[in-house]
Amino acid sequence: MNIVVCVKYVPDSTADQAFEADNTVDRVGVPGLLSELDEYAVEQALQLKEKNSDPDSVTVTALSVGPEGAADAIRKALQMGADAGAHVVDDAVAGSDALATSKVLAAAINKIGSVDVVVCGMASTDGGMSVVPAMLAERLDLPQVTFASVIESQDNQFRIKRDGDTATEIIGAVTPLVLSVTDQTGEARYPSFKGIMAAKKKPLESYALSDLGVDAGQVGLSAAWTAVESTEARPPRTAGTIVTDEDGSGATALTEFLASKKFI
Amino acid sequence: MSEVLVLVDHVDGAVRKPTYELLAIAKRLGTPSAVFIGGAAQAAGAAEAVAKFGAEKVYVVDDTEIKGYLVAPKAEVLQQIAAAASPAAILITSSAEGKEIAGRLAVKLESGLITDAVDVQAGPVTTQSVFAGNFTVQAKVTQGTPIITVKPNAAAPEETAGAGAVENFAATISDAAKKAQIVASQPRESSGRPELTEAAIVVSGGRGTGGNFDPIDNLADSLGAAVGASRAAVDSGWKPHTFQIGQTGKTVSPQLYIAAGISGAIQHRAGMQTSKTIVAINKDEEAPIFELVDFGVVGDLHSVLPAATEQITARKG
Ligand SMILES: Cc1cc2nc3c(=O)[nH]c(=O)nc-3n(C[C@H](O)[C@H](O)[C@H](O)COP(=O)(O)OP(=O)(O)OC[C@H]3O[C@@H](n4cnc5c(N)ncnc54)[C@H](O)[C@@H]3O)c2cc1C
Ligand SMILES: Nc1ncnc2c1ncn2[C@@H]1O[C@H](COP(=O)(O)O)[C@@H](O)[C@H]1O
Repeated sequence: MNIVVCVKYVPDSTADQAFEADNTVDRVGVPGLLSELDEYAVEQALQLKEKNSDPDSVTVTALSVGPEGAADAIRKALQMGADAGAHVVDDAVAGSDALATSKVLAAAINKIGSVDVVVCGMASTDGGMSVVPAMLAERLDLPQVTFASVIESQDNQFRIKRDGDTATEIIGAVTPLVLSVTDQTGEARYPSFKGIMAAKKKPLESYALSDLGVDAGQVGLSAAWTAVESTEARPPRTAGTIVTDEDGSGATALTEFLASKKFI
Repeated sequence: MSEVLVLVDHVDGAVRKPTYELLAIAKRLGTPSAVFIGGAAQAAGAAEAVAKFGAEKVYVVDDTEIKGYLVAPKAEVLQQIAAAASPAAILITSSAEGKEIAGRLAVKLESGLITDAVDVQAGPVTTQSVFAGNFTVQAKVTQGTPIITVKPNAAAPEETAGAGAVENFAATISDAAKKAQIVASQPRESSGRPELTEAAIVVSGGRGTGGNFDPIDNLADSLGAAVGASRAAVDSGWKPHTFQIGQTGKTVSPQLYIAAGISGAIQHRAGMQTSKTIVAINKDEEAPIFELVDFGVVGDLHSVLPAATEQITARKG
């Protein structure tokens, strides 16, 4: 069985985030890392391998489309236990929107070949749209079992639990399929010392767009189908009123405030 | 004027409020056409409902053949209606499913996609709030039919009658779209409170409740509000995950958001920072949530909230 887990290299959300002059996300000036939500995807990919009757027959490949630094995200996945890495790195990719990113990911997945399960996170932590997994399913013509909070699998049969807006659903499909997982699936493991050492010997393949047969003109900022016209840091909120409760004064002040704003 | 397609968000024919907001936005961009994918028996009622909010046309697609499948068939339906109607834009609610439909549709129509708009004006030019609400971004679709998913509360519904002309649309659904099967569906139990993402007021509790959500629930009821929770409260099992607000929960942008016993971690902020008015009650004056508030009370929620609830109830008489 072949599992590909899609991992994104994102700016650290606890650092100050910024835009470049061309309105793309600053991915250089801000320290990056493996998107926290994709750690859950790596974890589930590894559990699928471990639960397989013949774990050695399962290959988990961590795939990332991103700048040089994205190799760090892949390496983290290798340290956690993935078997191989695939990194699509090409200057032409910079500034790609979700449509282009999904196109490149799909081409890379086809290149890796005979993939049974594509595992994604539920969203990228940098302004994630939560659309890449559905787009991948569309492009690869595979069933999508997305936003899984619980995953059950037996041979090629998958069942997931999905908390929708208005209902909780059980979704079923057979492999090959695209799976996306939420943080409800359970804590991701930390790389062990052994894992960190082993990762150094694991294969990490780099691809340029030309290796994947993707026309550079179809991706990147200039080919994006949406254009950001302007970005603006939100003006700092005008400092609110803060009162300290003493013998019930807080409740009265709160009620007065709500009444003054016509909420009561 | 060109049609603007609005995908009707509904539960068994009961149209949800965000659909009316989309119709109000559609009117700014062209002629609103609603797309109802649902049971044939519910179509007339839904069509009437959307007509009241300005739908000039209502495409009705009988979902008998497709309702057992996830997302993909709905994208095919919209693709086929778009091919016939050449709309100026397609508007969908920004739910998990809405965004997935939009994503697949964007690939099919080779069109640009903008998600999570908090405002849409003629153009269409969208406004989004990114990086946990720290930046506002204005964007445009530059290729194909603009596909835009819009967050609840981005516009006020406008009650203006539209013609509501029903057009039954026979979509052809491919076998490929029927690969992810909905094996079982458990509708969410109604709490009797407004739906979290649609509510005008949300009262949320965190770890500071210590597991006793009564003060939160009671304050919410006195204000006619929905109840939310931080991940810490959800992880502790005090409220189900469907109550969670934040990066991995729901995003809300109500008129009023009250956070009690919530510290204001970045992942929580991501789900509530676009709220119009923010109020916090926290016993730690250093809690980061106070950086966001319009009004804050440094105090114990277990005494402040019940006393406030009493006063609010008294005022409402
Ligand atoms: C990948 C990832 C995703 C996440 N997604 C989310 C998400 O979607 N939503 C989310 O909320 N979090 C999310 N988190 C968790 C987030 O980082 C915080 O841990 C969480 O929001 C903290 O919840 P809290 O504010 O209730 O608890 P705490 O941070 O423990 O804060 C409790 C607060 O209550 C106050 N308090 C205590 N007792 C009282 C009292 N009697 N009266 C008044 N105040 C009191 C304390 O002063 C404190 O400020 C995520 C984290 C990760 C890593
Ligand atoms: N550049 C990328 N490289 C690898 N995987 C990605 C990339 N962008 C998105 N993904 C995957 O798609 C998921 C959802 O991303 P998004 O639609 O951007 O929120 C992420 O959790 C990843 O699993």
